[in-house]
Amino acid sequence: MTTADITVGKEAEDRIAVASNWKLVWWRFRRHHLAMASAVLLIFMYAIVLVPDFFSTQDPERTDARQAFIPVQTVHLFDDGSFSPWVPAIVGKRNPTTLRMEWTTDPKRKVPVTFFGTGYKWKVFGLFETNRHLITPVDPNQRIFLLGSDRLGRDQWSRIMHGTQTSMTVGLVAVALSVILGVVLGGISGYVGGKTDSVIQRLIELLQSVPTIPIWLALSAALPRDWTPIQIFFAITVILSLVGWTTLGREVRGRFLALREEDFVLAARLAGCSRMRIILRHMVPTFLSHIIATSSLAIPVMIINETSLSFLGLGIRPPAISWGVLLQEAQNIQTLALAPWLLIPGVVVIVAVLAFNLVGDGLRDAADPYSH
Amino acid sequence: MTRYILQRLALLPLLMVIYSFVIFVIIQAPPGDFLTAYVATLASSGSSISQEQIEAWRAQYGLDQPMVVQYFLWVQHLVQGNFGLSLEYQRPNADLIGEQIGLTLALALFSFFLTWAIAIPAGIYSATHPRSIGDHILTVINYIGVATPNFMLALILMWVAFAYFDLSVTGLYSPEYADAPWSWGKLWDLLAHLWLPALVLGIAGTARLSRIMRANLLDELNKPYVVTARAKGMKEWRLVLRYPVRLAFNPLISTIGWYLPMLFSGSLIVATVMNLPNIGPLLLRALVNQDMYLAGGILLIYSFLTIVGTLLSDILLALVDPRIRVAG
Amino acid sequence: MSAAAQPLLSVRDLRVSFALDEGLVRAVDGTSFDVMPGQVLGVVGESGCGKSVTMRAILQLIERPGRITKGEIHFRRDSGVVDLAQLPPRGAEMRDIRGGEIALIPQEPMAAFSPVHTVGDQIVEAILLHSHRWQPDRKLGRREARDITVGLFRDVGISMPEQRIDTYSWQLSGGLRQRAMIAMALSCKPRLLIADEPTTAIDVTTQAQVLALLRDLQARYNTAIIFITHDLGVIAQMASYVVVMYLGRVMEEGPVDDIFHAPKHPYTRALLRSIPSLYGQTRVALPVISGALPHPFNRPPGCPFHPRCPDVMPRCSAEVPRLMPVGASQLASCFLHHEEAEQP
Repeated sequence: MTTADITVGKEAEDRIAVASNWKLVWWRFRRHHLAMASAVLLIFMYAIVLVPDFFSTQDPERTDARQAFIPVQTVHLFDDGSFSPWVPAIVGKRNPTTLRMEWTTDPKRKVPVTFFGTGYKWKVFGLFETNRHLITPVDPNQRIFLLGSDRLGRDQWSRIMHGTQTSMTVGLVAVALSVILGVVLGGISGYVGGKTDSVIQRLIELLQSVPTIPIWLALSAALPRDWTPIQIFFAITVILSLVGWTTLGREVRGRFLALREEDFVLAARLAGCSRMRIILRHMVPTFLSHIIATSSLAIPVMIINETSLSFLGLGIRPPAISWGVLLQEAQNIQTLALAPWLLIPGVVVIVAVLAFNLVGDGLRDAADPYSH
Repeated sequence: MTRYILQRLALLPLLMVIYSFVIFVIIQAPPGDFLTAYVATLASSGSSISQEQIEAWRAQYGLDQPMVVQYFLWVQHLVQGNFGLSLEYQRPNADLIGEQIGLTLALALFSFFLTWAIAIPAGIYSATHPRSIGDHILTVINYIGVATPNFMLALILMWVAFAYFDLSVTGLYSPEYADAPWSWGKLWDLLAHLWLPALVLGIAGTARLSRIMRANLLDELNKPYVVTARAKGMKEWRLVLRYPVRLAFNPLISTIGWYLPMLFSGSLIVATVMNLPNIGPLLLRALVNQDMYLAGGILLIYSFLTIVGTLLSDILLALVDPRIRVAG
Repeated sequence: MSAAAQPLLSVRDLRVSFALDEGLVRAVDGTSFDVMPGQVLGVVGESGCGKSVTMRAILQLIERPGRITKGEIHFRRDSGVVDLAQLPPRGAEMRDIRGGEIALIPQEPMAAFSPVHTVGDQIVEAILLHSHRWQPDRKLGRREARDITVGLFRDVGISMPEQRIDTYSWQLSGGLRQRAMIAMALSCKPRLLIADEPTTAIDVTTQAQVLALLRDLQARYNTAIIFITHDLGVIAQMASYVVVMYLGRVMEEGPVDDIFHAPKHPYTRALLRSIPSLYGQTRVALPVISGALPHPFNRPPGCPFHPRCPDVMPRCSAEVPRLMPVGASQLASCFLHHEEAEQP
């Protein structure tokens, strides 16, 4: 007794019959509510990637040693029942025995804030200048620390916005590089076969048995000291995708090998299609959705790797900001006990990775025509 | 079978040659050579070294010769068990590595067994109780486990232990055992300290393994041989353990191939954060300080462990799966 | 009535349904039939008609989301008649019957053996589970069970049984695999053997040998067999009594000769017409049953066959005909032959 090909009614049946593969994938994906929610979250995060300065409250590099380790100031939207956003004011007092500044919120004093107000100047995509921000204090001389400040008095909220830009981009670019390498080399390996295939396979085996983290560390330690942050950034993504492409390469090769024997490929060949046309028009579309799903599962791995590398001091380097760089501030346990909000970038990492994994799993299920 | 293992073993030296060359190229990449850095270090600490000594070393390491010659000299020394000198510690690298390698292996292997001991039962439970509350809870834990970087988990645990329980979870020994000779008490003390880092190190692997186990077992539970076994009148739990679990388990053995190496590599991060005696932090310092022969030696050891891990998984897989053993 | 005339197994109004996300599938919908001791009962029907589900229900092997919703399955043990439908599926008594008194020969011998255990190992296990059927007063040892297995292998015509016992199923040919499966099914001297399309997955020449073997063993041990197939030719060779099923219901049943020579139900007639005959005209399209098997979610009301029936009457879509005696030896559920409808 099989329960396959379940029809829900004549109308639905007709709709399904004419739907394109992408539509079917989208319909199936939409059914995963967690994956949909995660997708929305990721879209929001990529909005931050595009214009991190808009979401920042102040210049992420602005330091002020007198404002170190200021705790989180939560935004309150209503004051006395009417809409008037504010954050509680912070007052500092030096502890006479430890000589350390101790910050407490002053419940009586409120710092009014405003949405879409003006703050420091920044350039949209490096083109035109503006000073609009999502949220700013009404008094331009006030500083607000939505997620607290670090040991140099830098605003963690703004730094996380900029770290998001770097870390999310590293993930994306590294996976894009992996996909290009994996599809091209895996495709050649699977389609051409023979000697080429075994050379590429040996290369993949060699790369897959590399002790990844130590080798990555050694490679990034070997990067010249005088490189600019941009150069370092690209070098790190290349280093990360050096191993990342092998999984995809294997997968693409496997698909090609299996598809080569399929009847529809034979039919296309008998119909006189050129090799390129068979690959691009007949073979690639059958596993494209699968590649997209696999890549979206590879991004979080890249993000974790970048974060770990930067955390160890051998990935993205200051003054560039990434989640890993931010977490370096949390390395000292005594500091952490004093300022636990320094762990927040890690929470951002976990949430982002979780979202990518959920979207990836949802996509994979949706892309697999045999999943039901 | 024997032939298969011999073939794999024969590949090991070849791989080591390739790795050693690549590693040598990487550690040579930063500007300046080992001796210039060494002399600079000595000078900064106020001591100096005779010109003859420098020349002797220059000749010994072949520093004035082309890189290929330097490589062969390095390999030649390695084969004799000479890993060179550490310029930072002013001691033979072999000693430095030797002190830490035992505990590095202990951490990785302990983590390996710990995670398997957790992941397999969890996966079996999830697969035999699909969509139950327990399955859902395990799924959530798994997702978070995969999403949390090792060092992040280590940081959180250390912070909670320090801030709320005033405990230090770093290091591997209690103070009274730190310099004591080996005894049962010391071993027990070690294990008592080791399980937490081992768990931290293995969290992502545990999550992945139990997901794989769950998926494999769900597949296997639908196979006709399970119906056959049920039709024999076997008890359900015995049947599940004897047939589908056994078959679902086999592909997991091939995961040792990536899992053990992942643990060796990953222990670097956990050991650095939790301040454990391990070749990981040693490598990190060596890389930062351009202590290149030390870094090269450690990288080679990582490579060796990785290859051995992969080899072990291949051999194990052949041992437990008759389809590979007989046909291969 | 003498003991021999009492049925060994008596299925009454059995209903099995699967609660899927999309709705309830009634896979077996009021099936009744009897199996006499030593009888070979053939069950025919198109794929998806509920044959296999019925058999699994007898062994209590229906898995979630499936469930036996109604009906009785009376099975005669030494200790008396039990209703299998009432026994807990994983309980000791059901496990004792399963494999011990009712054995199953599954469809695909390839997949029905575990590939990582030797064939002998899996049969020895079955013997040890039901060792009291060989030695009532003590537990059998592994050694003895192994000797029994070698003997069984010899019985089912496997040459070199001592060697074959230690091979894996994928090292055996399709025919040998099915023979080993039969050996396993017979290993505990069952009273009833359920053969679920045992020859569909093997090639035609081997098929004939396996059928001959089953006939021979049946004659020797006087085991009752329920033989499920969609192949009417196999039924004609094997069975003495035939049950014709369609969409989870019995359409017609009777002795094999009557069913083949004087079919009463339009569905049986249509099935028989679609067999190619040696004496028929060549190059003429075989008659087919018009329409397609309805989807389990869209069961037609009334007689399940009425949308495809050539003799359909207005009544057929409104009421479900009961299975009633028609003629001397047959039963049919069709308003062409009687007026009785199922009570709603």
